[in-house]
Amino acid sequence: MNDETGDAPRNPRAIVVGHGEFAGGLVSAVGQICGMADKLVVMSMMGMTPEDIESAIRAQLSSTGARVIFTDLPAGSATIAARRIVKDEPGLVLVSGVNLATLLDFVFNTSVPPTEAARAAAERGKASLIVVGR
Amino acid sequence: MGIHLYRIDDRLIHGQVVVGWGQPLNARFMVLVDDLVASSDWEKELYRMAVPPGIEIFFADVDTAIRDHSRYESDPRPGILITGDITSMQRLVKAVKAIGSVNLGGIHHRAGRVPKLRYIFLTPEEENQLRAMESAGVEVTAQDVPSARSVPLAEVLEGESN
Repeated sequence: MNDETGDAPRNPRAIVVGHGEFAGGLVSAVGQICGMADKLVVMSMMGMTPEDIESAIRAQLSSTGARVIFTDLPAGSATIAARRIVKDEPGLVLVSGVNLATLLDFVFNTSVPPTEAARAAAERGKASLIVVGR
Repeated sequence: MGIHLYRIDDRLIHGQVVVGWGQPLNARFMVLVDDLVASSDWEKELYRMAVPPGIEIFFADVDTAIRDHSRYESDPRPGILITGDITSMQRLVKAVKAIGSVNLGGIHHRAGRVPKLRYIFLTPEEENQLRAMESAGVEVTAQDVPSARSVPLAEVLEGESN
């Protein structure tokens, strides 16, 4: 996986991983909206084996101390890898299906532990989906 | 109906399979052929949760897949069969003798493997296994997603000019 943010984030609260450039794009949007992209670590899984994906996520969790993983697709390789990690480390929280509203809510919610903030942000993310028109 | 796609993919069930291929093929069942997954309830549950509602998933070790192949092929629904490695697919192809084509969907880098395509890395032994499959009358092509070009095995083995 690649850290695509250039400088290492300061005190990151979560790892964001997904297909293609999804994670980088999403975190870039967080940075543009509120300047808090440094709370998130960007990872891409392009060209990696399932074992490499899992190892890379474990390495990032270990080096950053993050306890939350956001992934894009429930069926994705990153989600599968993250679920294996969460099984081994019950203190972690995985949120799959992440969207921009989820991440924005998460980075602003600093009054509670990141794992708790992630659960609340997931609810906000679900509620942010709206359909307009007939 | 039956199996519309026989795919070798070391990520097994993932986005390209479920969405990329599953949607255009209208897949309604998937067969995950993997000895390790088939022997573990936790692994099976892991992959079961990755499959969207409306798609049934069967788990089989290679021997079971050989035994149940005719049942998969006679299923009235369109399906996808996946193995995580070339050896498992080769065993299936040899035993069943009714598989006309195999898709190389993702065989990623490991020690000893040489890059062939962006998503295909092979050891010399794996190259020989694929050649043997094709010699037995199975069309072997590489194609990660439906919108990509289907690359014939000979071209895959030539390496990264593709």
